[in-house]
Amino acid sequence: MLAYIIRRLINAVVTLIVVTFVTFCVFFLVPKLTGSDPALLYVGKQADPVALAGIREKFGFNDPLIVQYGKFLKGIVAGRDYVTGADVTHCSAPCLGYSFKNSQEVWPLLIHALPVTFSLALGAAVLWVLMGVFFGVVSALRRGSIWDRSAMTVALAGVSLPIYFTGLLSLSIFVYWLGFANPGYTPFFDNPWQWFTGLLLPWITLAFLFAATYARLTRANMLETLGEDYIRTARAKGLRERTVIGKHGLRSGLTPLVTVFGLDLGALLGGAILTEAVYNLRGLGYFALNSIRSSDLPIILGVTLFAAGFIVIMNLIVDLLYGVIDPRVRLG
Amino acid sequence: MSLGPEASISDEITTPTDDAAVERNAGETAIAGRSLKQIAWRRLKKDRVAVGGGIVIIVLIVMAILAPLLIKLLGHPYDEYHNDAIDPTLGLPKGSLGGISKEFILGVEPVNGRDIFSRIVYGAQTTLTVAFLSAFLSTILGVLFGMTAGFVGGWVDSIISRIMDFLLAFPQLLFSIALVSVLPPTSFGLGPRWSRVVVLVIVIGFFGWPYIGRIVRGQTLSLREREFVEASRSLGARSPRILFREMLPNLAAPILVYTTLIIPTNILTEAALSFLGVGIPPPYPSWGGMLSDAVATYRYDAMFMIIPGAMIFITVLAFNLFGDGLRDALDPKAH
Repeated sequence: MLAYIIRRLINAVVTLIVVTFVTFCVFFLVPKLTGSDPALLYVGKQADPVALAGIREKFGFNDPLIVQYGKFLKGIVAGRDYVTGADVTHCSAPCLGYSFKNSQEVWPLLIHALPVTFSLALGAAVLWVLMGVFFGVVSALRRGSIWDRSAMTVALAGVSLPIYFTGLLSLSIFVYWLGFANPGYTPFFDNPWQWFTGLLLPWITLAFLFAATYARLTRANMLETLGEDYIRTARAKGLRERTVIGKHGLRSGLTPLVTVFGLDLGALLGGAILTEAVYNLRGLGYFALNSIRSSDLPIILGVTLFAAGFIVIMNLIVDLLYGVIDPRVRLG
Repeated sequence: MSLGPEASISDEITTPTDDAAVERNAGETAIAGRSLKQIAWRRLKKDRVAVGGGIVIIVLIVMAILAPLLIKLLGHPYDEYHNDAIDPTLGLPKGSLGGISKEFILGVEPVNGRDIFSRIVYGAQTTLTVAFLSAFLSTILGVLFGMTAGFVGGWVDSIISRIMDFLLAFPQLLFSIALVSVLPPTSFGLGPRWSRVVVLVIVIGFFGWPYIGRIVRGQTLSLREREFVEASRSLGARSPRILFREMLPNLAAPILVYTTLIIPTNILTEAALSFLGVGIPPPYPSWGGMLSDAVATYRYDAMFMIIPGAMIFITVLAFNLFGDGLRDALDPKAH
């Protein structure tokens, strides 16, 4: 078990290094190929050649790609000093560089945006798992009934509705027509009630999209499980229907969902770009989008790394959890 | 006596006889006369929901192809401003429902008064082109790498599988946005509209192949051990022949189904990228771009947001319904 965890951790680190390398290559090579100068982005429009040369030296834009990348990695692990002559700027341990636009360190900027995305993703996750599993299980148990058919019709519509449409629709109905307050983020510890009400609409909209997918998945998995021999055996030995479904059906019917859930949640934690854009929530995704619009490469790189990190971590957690939930899976 | 699930679609009326063998033979010849393709086609035709989806798709495709003609008959050029259709004090379309009238059958855009109908029609052109071509690219890459991984095995398989895992763990939307935004607005010697279409096809198509690749790899792994492959090999067939003549036809059904099912995903991704401002550049129309334009005014003119949103919804739903139906028709386990 321990050996397995260690091997998976090494794997995760390797994946992250590859992600940073690919991102680094793309975002530092493409400007080079298209002839734009990253130093120019730090200085701004009224560039004087001396300042430009200074910036280039300070941030190491003159170095070959691999050296720049090496320095970037070292910055994450051990921090990094930016030196131009006598001027030294220190960037401490997890150093992801400096923003082109406002010369702030990237790491604290990202950490600051994290609670918004976390609140959004986790709240929505609770909702969509409850809704998706409930409707999926009910549909599977009452297969072919009016319940099943209407739930599945709504679910099919749900997977075909993009959040940038439902989001705008929900805003125009609930905020502009019915007069509810505009959604927004309040830190939980400042005012839990406002935190809750401010995020309720984004949660519901985001959860609706995922709940639709989960209801369809749950239904399909449950139907498959309910057709298994051991379910017949459980019934044949006289177990109550509640025990058959609850203990034997749900457990194996829902395990595949854990994998999907881990991936979805991991992807969302790295920035629910579309939801944050629609509702103006200043989380990682909103931040990423802004930095992309202003070509702020260090921030783009930082957010990509964060996002990949969450996916990798969630994957790891899911695989470890699998060993606990599913007795057929042995880690080793 | 039951003749199995195929009996219901048999045209022949079998008269009951005393001789069971005669009856069975009659049934068998009736079944043997149909290929999987015919059986699937019959099933699909009976699935009214899937047929409905298919019809909507065909209408959309025809609409996209005939765009210039349709605009001439029913609309105005997509980049023509119509200030006379706009209320100058509010900047909103004159008349109710976003200015829907005989002249502008889906109304006009707030502020500059462009014809929404023609923007929707041209938007269908770009959306469908991107969705189909990127699905095609994903399929080619997925089949190529998936079959190679499954057939060759060993270290080739582990490398391809690792690459697929890696791509699936990659923050795709974020990366696509960033990548598309750093690329120059024109490339490949095309205008701004079509060069961005090419970029979107490449980016969306590239990130889509691992989904198909995984399925193809799995299917190839199981097909590789089947008797007909062994028979072909023992007759002296080389690997390319086995791959393309023996195995590929057996993979056709799942490939077709998954290609159909990634098209709606691609439509949503294209619209998302255009919504975020890195898709089709203005003034060229795209549904996602129209939604993003609507953000500024939808509070006062909801129609301008509802029309492109509904188009995305209808199109994606149609592809999902058709894809689900196709899967049920081609998958023998479904019956």
